[in-house]
Amino acid sequence: MSRRRLHAERRALGAIGAVLVVFLVVPLVALFFSATGETVRAGLGHPLVWPALRLSLLTTSVSLVLVVLFGTPLAWWLARARGRLAGAIEAAVALPIVIPPAVAGVAMLLAFGRRGILAGWLYPAGWSVTFTTAAVVMAEVFVSAPLFVQAATSAFRRIDSRLIVVARTFGASPLRVFFQVALPLAAPGLVAGAAMSWARSLGEFGATLMFAGNLPGVTQTLPLAIYTTLESDLRAAQAISLILVVVAFVLLLVVRAAARRSVLREDAGA
Amino acid sequence: MRGRNRLAPCRSGASLHRGWLAAALLVLVAVGGAGCQRQGGHLAAREDKLVVFAAASLREAFTAIGDDLKRGRPGVEIVFNFAGTQELRAQLQHGAGADVFASADRRHMDELVAASEVASPTIFARNELVVVVAKDSGAAALENFADLPNASRIVIGAPEVPIGRYTSEILDRSAARFGADFRARVQAKVVSRELNVRQVLAKVSLGEAQAGFIYRTDAQQALDRVTVLPIPPEVNVIAEYPIAIVTKAAHPVLARAWVDKVLSDAGQRQLRNAGFLGPSAPASRSSP
Repeated sequence: MSRRRLHAERRALGAIGAVLVVFLVVPLVALFFSATGETVRAGLGHPLVWPALRLSLLTTSVSLVLVVLFGTPLAWWLARARGRLAGAIEAAVALPIVIPPAVAGVAMLLAFGRRGILAGWLYPAGWSVTFTTAAVVMAEVFVSAPLFVQAATSAFRRIDSRLIVVARTFGASPLRVFFQVALPLAAPGLVAGAAMSWARSLGEFGATLMFAGNLPGVTQTLPLAIYTTLESDLRAAQAISLILVVVAFVLLLVVRAAARRSVLREDAGA
Repeated sequence: MRGRNRLAPCRSGASLHRGWLAAALLVLVAVGGAGCQRQGGHLAAREDKLVVFAAASLREAFTAIGDDLKRGRPGVEIVFNFAGTQELRAQLQHGAGADVFASADRRHMDELVAASEVASPTIFARNELVVVVAKDSGAAALENFADLPNASRIVIGAPEVPIGRYTSEILDRSAARFGADFRARVQAKVVSRELNVRQVLAKVSLGEAQAGFIYRTDAQQALDRVTVLPIPPEVNVIAEYPIAIVTKAAHPVLARAWVDKVLSDAGQRQLRNAGFLGPSAPASRSSP
């Protein structure tokens, strides 16, 4: 194949990809360009912003820890299991990705609410998790965990199974294989999945509003604050949206850098 | 009949005879329509469709009024967009093609008038607030409005949305009658500030909250799940609903017909069935 042809093909692929980049980036750029310094100052000074930002960072951190803690063993099992049951479970835990978040919120109310099907033994004393910060975390875990489990499962599946077999034949226990072979090999995929899952819970809106409500400082996360200000003051909503986008962008960059470093370290070690 | 309607907005002296061949009429319509388009822009549009933007609380009443209107004008299609008043206003400001706008709030209408998006609004209905209480919530029963501070959990609208603003006004006015700390005692039980009435109603009818403030029209549709506590008239807030024709309406004739229908006795009856109060002053009163 001639060199010119190679270049042309590469350029064609690049051009097709560029269409999507433009489509995805232009609305976000528009958000920045339409904001004046005054808008941003007004947004930063808005009384709802800082409690919401603090609450968003707190709840998404907690939900990320829960998702990774419970999701990693599940993904490892799903990646190694064979059979119909595993297939059904894998499909079932992916379902929350498909259903609209508001529906997820209603479903959570019907399950964990004051009159939900689990209310009898969850709340014998009449207390209920709804309208608390814990409910925000639950909503975030519900919508974001499936993304992590999917990414982690495929990361574990990509591991060369012979490495696992070799480690087992040398006498490593299943736990040791998991921690010292599988986890390091799957790390980049796990980190990417965790980042996706975290980003999803940062943007989570519908399930939170239904299941946790909207009270500043307690359950009002950044997306809820944006929707609330949107009702009265479009410019403040825009300014808070900018904060959300910037926070998400910076954190995703950090995660990418961390993931790349872990890959490089592995390559150096191998 | 339909052909005449199409021509009506741009008839220029030439009268139409009934006996004309259908084909000739069609040609005329096409030519006349094209000529109109050049001169008068949107006036040439066929008036067989009406686009109504209305506050979500008007869904039941307006759907019934729409069925009524269609009976008198077969072939007319009515497209409704029911949403929060704030959302509708944003859509209108971004050029959504509506003919009529019915708002749940004077303020949003006044701002659209100031921007010349709509003209001469008329108050066509009023809606009062009520407190809804979850049925068999287990907590101590609430007998009347004065018991509200005893509720276990209360949800109200966010101060940014009309229902929240009205609730706040009611709590302010309650001080004189129910004690200076009434507002604080109620506020201490507030667990969520919802973004619209339906969310407040959902939380109460699912029993998550014991009480909430909503419009009477919304309470009317949930009587199987909630009980209604009236709010004493001297502290209650009554929301006025203005309706107006959109300045750039593509179907101004039908838009006018719609407004007249809503203000007519039949229209007012439908609104009353849905729980609305009639406009206080004579029906033709315009809001400033």
